[in-house]
Amino acid sequence: MSDDFLSREEAAAAAANGERGRDTRAYLTGFALAVLLTVPPFVLAWTGVLPRGTTLWVIAVAALVQIVVHLRYFLHVDLSRQKREDLQLILFTVLLLALMGGGTIWILSDLAYRMH
Amino acid sequence: MTDAATNLHPGLNLGPSHGEAHEEAEVVTFGFWVFLMSDLVTFGLFFATFATMWGSTAGGPGPDEIVNLGSIAGQTTLLLASTLTFGFASIAMKYHDAPGRIAMWLGVTALLGAGFVALEVKDFIHMAEIGAVPQRSGYLSAFWSLVGLHGLHVSMGIVFVGVMVLQIYLLGMTSRVKSRLLRLALYWHFLDIVWVGIMSGVFLAGAL
Repeated sequence: MSDDFLSREEAAAAAANGERGRDTRAYLTGFALAVLLTVPPFVLAWTGVLPRGTTLWVIAVAALVQIVVHLRYFLHVDLSRQKREDLQLILFTVLLLALMGGGTIWILSDLAYRMH
Repeated sequence: MTDAATNLHPGLNLGPSHGEAHEEAEVVTFGFWVFLMSDLVTFGLFFATFATMWGSTAGGPGPDEIVNLGSIAGQTTLLLASTLTFGFASIAMKYHDAPGRIAMWLGVTALLGAGFVALEVKDFIHMAEIGAVPQRSGYLSAFWSLVGLHGLHVSMGIVFVGVMVLQIYLLGMTSRVKSRLLRLALYWHFLDIVWVGIMSGVFLAGAL
């Protein structure tokens, strides 16, 4: 029992060589990228130095990139793994959302346009 | 061990040194992803409703009166920091740190989450005071539903973190406790992704 525990600890120590640092760096990288992608949209929205349309585009693009950063560094979803069911699940959900959410916005904005 | 054998599921993989906690996490973690994605559809449809209600203020308070960018910056900072500290808790678990250390990072995560909820509730109270209540207009109904749904999720997450800290002390770092912590980590990181959408689509766009 205690032998088993020791060997597990040794395995952990072996795995910790470099791997722990890599895991920690991955979270810190994700955090730094998230901050970098959050600050500019806030500054633009706060100061309003750019035209409204441009600012909206910056906000939208920064948000999309940041979502990918979160998936990659915090949720550990990437393209290198061999089991792809999770990525397929995400893509299928995005497809469903595009149909349902996009359809809702399209139909209701069309309706609003016709009622005016 | 090859990469394919060590990375069995989305989220932080514990690795072979965790034995059954690592192997058995594959099925339940994937099942939890199915739940998270169904939750994403729910959030997405609340977003779509919010988008169709944009500008439908019926003469009531609009975004320029209810968006407090300072508070939103604070909430974003707290939530993003809490995602990082949960990451540290996951890493502490992966490398067999003492349970107290894992519980400490979880406690910091819960405190940061509680700070987020406190700021949000403060904003909601201010909104109620200026008459920006959900029944005032379509825009406000959609706003309270979407932002409130996320706040409710974070509040539930804090409760779950508290339950997991109790389980760490009562049950120890058993395979089951580890696997639950892996799923709670996914839940917490997922809420930060939803917040990126709310921060950008509701507050930053509303402040313009």
